[in-house]
This record gives sequence, C-alpha cells and structure tokens, in this order.
Amino acid sequence: MNPFRYEPASDAATAVALLARAPNAAFLGGGTNLVDLMKIGVATPDPLVDVSRLPFNQIERLPDGGIRIGAAVRNSDLAADRTIRERVPVLAQALLAGASGQLRNLATTGGNLLQRTRCLYFQDLTKPCNKRTPGAGCSARDGYNRNLAILSTSEACIASHPSDLAVALAALDAVVHVQGPKGEQTISLGDFYRRPGDEPWRDTVLEHGDLITAVEVPPLAYATHSHHRKVRDRASFAFALVSVAAALDVADGIVRDARIALGGVAPVPWRASKAEVALRGAPATEETFARAADAELADAQPLPGNAFKVPLARRVIVRTLLDLTEGYQ
Amino acid sequence: MSRRERQNLGSARSSDPPSVATPVPMAVAQPRPGVVTVTLHVNGVDRSLTIEPWITLLDAFREHLGLTGPKKGCDRGQCGACTVLLDGRRVTSCLALAVAHQDAQITTTEGLGTQENLHPLQQAFIAHDAFQCGYCTPGQICSAVGMLCEAQAGWPSAVSLDLTANQVTLDADEIRERMSGNLCRCAAYANIVPAIQEVAS
Repeated sequence: MNPFRYEPASDAATAVALLARAPNAAFLGGGTNLVDLMKIGVATPDPLVDVSRLPFNQIERLPDGGIRIGAAVRNSDLAADRTIRERVPVLAQALLAGASGQLRNLATTGGNLLQRTRCLYFQDLTKPCNKRTPGAGCSARDGYNRNLAILSTSEACIASHPSDLAVALAALDAVVHVQGPKGEQTISLGDFYRRPGDEPWRDTVLEHGDLITAVEVPPLAYATHSHHRKVRDRASFAFALVSVAAALDVADGIVRDARIALGGVAPVPWRASKAEVALRGAPATEETFARAADAELADAQPLPGNAFKVPLARRVIVRTLLDLTEGYQ
Repeated sequence: MSRRERQNLGSARSSDPPSVATPVPMAVAQPRPGVVTVTLHVNGVDRSLTIEPWITLLDAFREHLGLTGPKKGCDRGQCGACTVLLDGRRVTSCLALAVAHQDAQITTTEGLGTQENLHPLQQAFIAHDAFQCGYCTPGQICSAVGMLCEAQAGWPSAVSLDLTANQVTLDADEIRERMSGNLCRCAAYANIVPAIQEVAS
C-alpha cells in the first residue's frame, strides 16, 4: 500500500477542511472498497481522513413519513432496521443481496454510494482504463465485458455501477445530504451520479472535499409493495449481472404508479423512467410489463460479451412486476 | 573460477551471513517515518504496537502480535479466511486498518476457546469433520459465531421469505447464504453447514 497519514476526524467540518487543503486526501468509511483499491494501487490517497466515527449513525423516522439514514450507518444495521424492513422492503433486500455478512458489518451508507466500478480493467494497473487514467483508453470495449453496461455507455467507458443499495435508493427518489467546502447541499440521487461521457473518471457530481452526511428516503405509501431482485453468476456474494428494484401501486387491476430502477446494466444506478411511463394507467398484466421493459431497453447498446443482458433485464423486470402485482390479489 | 567469482557466487545466496567486513546498508535501526503507536484490545488483553497506518488488522495480528489464527487467503475481503469479531461483529480483518479500530474489543479464533474447553462451534467442526486442510476454519468459525448472533437478533438474510419475521430459523439454505462470505477451497461445505446447524439448534 502507498504510504499515507491517517487522520481520524473529530467532526464533519474538520474532516471537510482536512480534505479541502489536501488535493490527494480521501475520506475513509468502512474501507471495504477503498482499502482494497489502495492495496492494488488504484487508489493512493494521502492523508486518509477517517469519517466512520462521525455522529452520522442514526436512522431517523421523519414527521412526513420519510426516513433519514446517517452516512455512517453500517449496511448490516440498515438492512436489519425494522422500519426499513416494514416500510421499504426493497431497500433491505437490496442491501442483503450485496456483499457478505462480514462486509456489510463494515460498509457504510455513504461509502456504498461512492464505491467504484468492479470492471476488471479498472482494477488492473497493467491495462489501460479511462476511468482510472484519463485518456489512457478503454480495455473493456474489446475485452471481457460480461459484467459491464448496456445503457448510457460512452466511447470512453462501459463500466457498470456496482452498488445494490444505490439502485433501491434510485427507485425511491432518495436525496443525498452533502457537507462540503462550499457549505451544505442536497442532491437527488438522479442527479448525483454522472454518466461517463468523455470524463468517465468522475463518477458523481461531488467536488473534492464534499462529504456525504445522510441519505433521505422521502415518503412513498406504496413502497410497502416494493421488491429487489438480483441475478448473478453465483447464488450469493457476487455483483449483479442484472438487478431490479421496483415499487408498484395497483388498484382495480390498473397500475396507478410505479418506480423501477436497474442495476448492473448502466454506469449509474439506472432509473427506468421510460418503463414507468409505459406502466402508468395501463392494466397490470404481463403484456404491459413486457412492453414497459422493451421501452426502457430499446436504447441498449450491448456488446457481444454482454448482449445477454437485454433479454435478461426484460425477464427480470417482468418477473419482479408480476410478483408485486400478486401482492395486490 | 577466481576467488572474486566465488565470492560473487556466494554473495548471491541470501542464506549466507553477511561478511563482517562488508558494510550493510540500513542495518542500523532507524526511526521509520510515519509510524504510529496503536493499542488494540485483542482477546481481552490490551496490546500496544508501533506500526505504519497502512497495516491492516490482519497483518497486525499475524506479523506483530503472534496471532496466526486469522489467515491471509485473498487479502481482498473475498474469501473470509481472516474473519474476526469486532465488538462481537464479524468482519474481514484484511480490509480493516489497525489504526482505525483501537476502540473495538477484538476476538480472534485464539480467543474463542481453549484446548481443554473448546468453543461449541470448534467442537462441532471437529465432530462433523467440517474441514480438510483447515486453512479457512478459523475464519469459518469466527464468522459462524458472528452469524449466530445476527440470527439471534432477528436479522433477515437474502433468502429469508419473511423480511419482517421476529425469529430466524437457520435451515441449511439460510446458513449457506449467511456464510457465503467464507470460501472453503476443499469444499467441506457439506459438513460445515451441519456443524453450524447443530450449534444453532
């Protein structure tokens, strides 16, 4: 590992100030991704500012019915939280589908959102990667890309976003609370992640020194009818080939509203807005669901190695919506 | 072969002691830059050590504290061989920096039982022949200890049918899912699962 100084942060303002004056510094949360990247030389921060002990470890029920999740809340605690399990099952399921018990005990909410792609070339210093080294080139486009994105890719990068939690949060219209050198701000999850374009090294809109302090899940009555389904190469402890986080509001056999987000298929947690439009007001049938999936996936630009994701995503979307519809019968 | 050539050949063998006449660079102990003094609470004992901030808990155990129970398998959080308990919670110690966990009560496999009085899971692993080479076993057992506490607390898993149930029944599917962070290259899973199930019930 590259040598670095370790600075435990006493409060958020100090943490932000420490980063603001050190262009190479990084925040440390649970470390499950960052420490790994430091070991393999992909990340070389100095100093490392530990924010995992900051007092952002509460899960609060808000008066309007929303839920505020502190950035330092561990993935395991969030998945086990009774309010989360009862009111937004999709969130608990997404968390439980991710990583292993050991990693969930370390990983934080804020850190989960900022984890980097697991594209093999991003993690291999001997191979060109535009996300790791601007302008170096992309090894994945003509290489091994089974795990990579089919939607909203660019010439420069086809990496997929690895988080399961972020997919559920995208479906729930979550809002990220940030404290940074320029003050506090809130960013909707839909605006939080950047599509790669010609700057794939910038995963999010955060500036250097911006610290996630909380994630807020706004109230959504029908989130009790929500579900996360993940398809992967192993039964457990693997990243998504395709995942779907969905919430469905059905009355008298008609879809009143729907939220759908996809994982494993895009450089960002992918909100399936076109599918949602196709669902609203339509009968809650398999035909509708398939049409909605097709509407979303029409823009896919698969490569030979990941073309299977188009029909797979279609089937996973349809199955998830059918399961949710059964909950209304 | 000249004398010089023989000397050169000899000097290529690292097992030879350095010649007294040869000055050995860096042989004099120098203060290492960036080292920090860290106190870890391991198996009920406070242990003080002087290490660099990039030393992981796993390397601190194995290289500095003489605790070689936690094993280095992948060193990337993927195999679970390094699993220990931090305040009773299972974690992969290869991804945790020692300097960042000085406030935790740490339990390694060495702290779980004694030769005379094995931990119930250690006993069950022996009774069920739940290992071949044994390299993953300390991690498997520490992980199982943490996993049983999680189940006791009613935590659901990815295969739990009722997410809101108060009680968890640890059948084989539940154990396999909850233990998926521990790989066994000998594939002793068929015996690991019943060993854990026996202690769970």
